[in-house]
Amino acid sequence: MYPEHILVVGASLAGLRAVEAARRAGFGGRITLVGDEARLPYDRPPLSKEFLDPASAPVPFFPGVEDLGARLGVELRLGQAARRLDLVARTVDLEADRIAYDALLIATGVTARQLPGAHGLAGVHTLRTADDAIAVRAALDGGGPVVVIGAGFIGSEVASAARQRGLEVTILETLPTPLVRSVGAQAGLALSALHARHGTTLRCSVGVEALEGGQRVEAVRLQDGSRIAARTVIVGIGASPATRWLEGSGLTLDNGVVCDDSLSAAQQVWAAGDVARWHSPDFDQLLRLEHWTNAAEQGAHAVRNMLQPEQTMAYHHIPYFWSDWYGQRIQFVGLPVGDPVLVAGDWNADAFTAMYRQGDRFIGALTLNRRADIMKYRALIARRAGWDEGLALAATRNTARAA
Amino acid sequence: MKTLKIKLDRSKCTSLGICESIAPEYFEVDDQGQLAVLREDVPEEMRALAEQAVAGCPTGALSLESE
Repeated sequence: MYPEHILVVGASLAGLRAVEAARRAGFGGRITLVGDEARLPYDRPPLSKEFLDPASAPVPFFPGVEDLGARLGVELRLGQAARRLDLVARTVDLEADRIAYDALLIATGVTARQLPGAHGLAGVHTLRTADDAIAVRAALDGGGPVVVIGAGFIGSEVASAARQRGLEVTILETLPTPLVRSVGAQAGLALSALHARHGTTLRCSVGVEALEGGQRVEAVRLQDGSRIAARTVIVGIGASPATRWLEGSGLTLDNGVVCDDSLSAAQQVWAAGDVARWHSPDFDQLLRLEHWTNAAEQGAHAVRNMLQPEQTMAYHHIPYFWSDWYGQRIQFVGLPVGDPVLVAGDWNADAFTAMYRQGDRFIGALTLNRRADIMKYRALIARRAGWDEGLALAATRNTARAA
Repeated sequence: MKTLKIKLDRSKCTSLGICESIAPEYFEVDDQGQLAVLREDVPEEMRALAEQAVAGCPTGALSLESE
């Protein structure tokens, strides 16, 4: 059935790209875009990076969103969270009213995990939204010491921003090695060595017992009894798919909204972005990514399928993410299967390339400050290249650099 | 007739490389880590691909202009 009213729930990158793609494809019907934040759609990657610098950059709104409603003929319902989905009646409940749809795109993203027991204590922050980032920046303006809980990518980016202001920064990580699930143990060790090289203290295998302070945080108490003074605490312990409003709806929820390879979650229901866990035809497994490129492409792809229900196309995508720490560029493509093999540079240096394999397949690549190389590896992974082809590309790249 | 051209704003580009991944015939991050636009002119049959590359840029460094 060709829809007359498309409802997009989630007004960040995936939702915005979906709306734009619908109009670009010539969809002339009604579009409603619902978002739980009051702001027009904005970009998130800068929030944990340059936005935290002292210069007070404006919120990074996406280009052209200021007249989004009029330009694309979109009914904007911002500052209103979806509360419930009825698949049979084809309705979504907001706080105050009910919206009927013909086709629904779920793009509600993820929510930052909170530290249990930290509620209501001033000086403790997570970083996901623009409001979060404004609060973190103001906190950094007030000086250190800063304690970051969690040595993942967001925590590391915030630590980097704080350190570049000259503040005293400590990162606490419960695991013996950071980023193991994202890049493997040896690569996690190599990347987290950047912290020490730039004056940030990283403590691994430490558990947080409690945050101390009256109205405002004063220190972090560890399970070994020691205490680290803190003026500001940033909690970067991951994020969870925002699917609570979908519980009981009948959709399959399992670490996200489970979709088929066309991004369809049920009849006339699609999902895109960080919340979507789709069957990847490139890797023959369910994947859920919290990556910019995936959100942008999935939003557009899901809507194209929505508008061509007779000829839906599988969503092909090789994961790609980047992270910037201390002015160093980390890039990753593919999947982080096992521990990678170093093929260029040195684990202890400021530039290296490492490759991941799954059987005979070349399946992932991690680079530090090798911007010229990363997308060439991605192209190989997309066409299911063998391990030897990956090694051959690495040799070619090493020769090119030596020339 | 006007030709469509790719414009790169170097003040915004940080060489993330997504454009190279989408349209390697137009873009390549070179060995110095700088994005090179391999050719500027976009004929009509390449327009969709070029638009995809522009939309794929997370820093908004690319645009298409008619000249």
